Amino acid sequence: MAVARALASPHEDAALSIRPARAEDIAAVSELDAAITGLAKPAYWRDLFERYGTRRQDQRFFLVAESDGEFLGFAIGEIRAWEFGAPPCGWLFAIDVKPDARLTGVGTALFHALCERFRAAGIDKLRTMLARDNHLMLSFFRSQGMMAGPSIQLEMALDDP
Amino acid sequence: MRLQQATRLALYSVLVLARDPTRQLAVAEIADGYDISIHHLAKVLRTLGRAGLVEAVRGVGGGYRFTGNAKRVTVFDVISLFEDVANPAPDDHDVLTPAARALGLILAEIDEHAVATFRSVSISTMLKIIERTSQRATADRSKGSEAQDSLDLS
Repeated sequence: MAVARALASPHEDAALSIRPARAEDIAAVSELDAAITGLAKPAYWRDLFERYGTRRQDQRFFLVAESDGEFLGFAIGEIRAWEFGAPPCGWLFAIDVKPDARLTGVGTALFHALCERFRAAGIDKLRTMLARDNHLMLSFFRSQGMMAGPSIQLEMALDDP
Repeated sequence: MRLQQATRLALYSVLVLARDPTRQLAVAEIADGYDISIHHLAKVLRTLGRAGLVEAVRGVGGGYRFTGNAKRVTVFDVISLFEDVANPAPDDHDVLTPAARALGLILAEIDEHAVATFRSVSISTMLKIIERTSQRATADRSKGSEAQDSLDLS
């Protein structure tokens, strides 16, 4: 899963556009992820594009931000229904912005574009999940208006006695 | 979690001042509406001043103004000036029994969530939450009065 990192203020660059990802974007997506995580996983991103960029397009959204043809970042979300008993809601599970394009509103634009697609599909709730020590992304999501949801994530080590 | 009075005063002050960083407010103006001691608030503001979050402006019309970066300063930054939320003191009565250790684990889990939440909320985000909740309250009041009007008319 890509880790979201964008921190942004409302974008004022008229050239910024958000559109569905195309197959030719995946190299840039993979490269951005590799630059940030230090781990190249091109096959994973190609598979993700196949699943989220080409199928069930009314429920899955793989978006790309670009300015004057330059790739700036991406976001992926999906409508999931009745997972853990929850009514249909939009899940944002990846958002990433090129380091030199951060703090310019690209992350915010991607976030809003994803919200718009969920709204258009009749969804009224957005969810995401991230590590609680990921202060940067937690701050970004909170600055967009997100608050703690009704679920609590639990886990256990299976090698515990 | 319950915050000490000084911590709450500090947060209220920062939020009041950060709403308009160009404006300076006297201690009495900040205290207005919170039913708090001006003396206590002045002490809190001095601590905020030492941390570089507010600045005292002297002279006629003087007061305090916000000097921090509202997008960068978090609620945790303000709280940690007044209390040690990241490392809460153990209960005085604790002895290391298995039950105390188990309780300690659960309390630590709660504290970790609290700290993560405080760290993730900037002053700018708090101001947005205040604005949203005020708008919601106004909308609710307006709906309530419309409903009352229609009852009165029927």
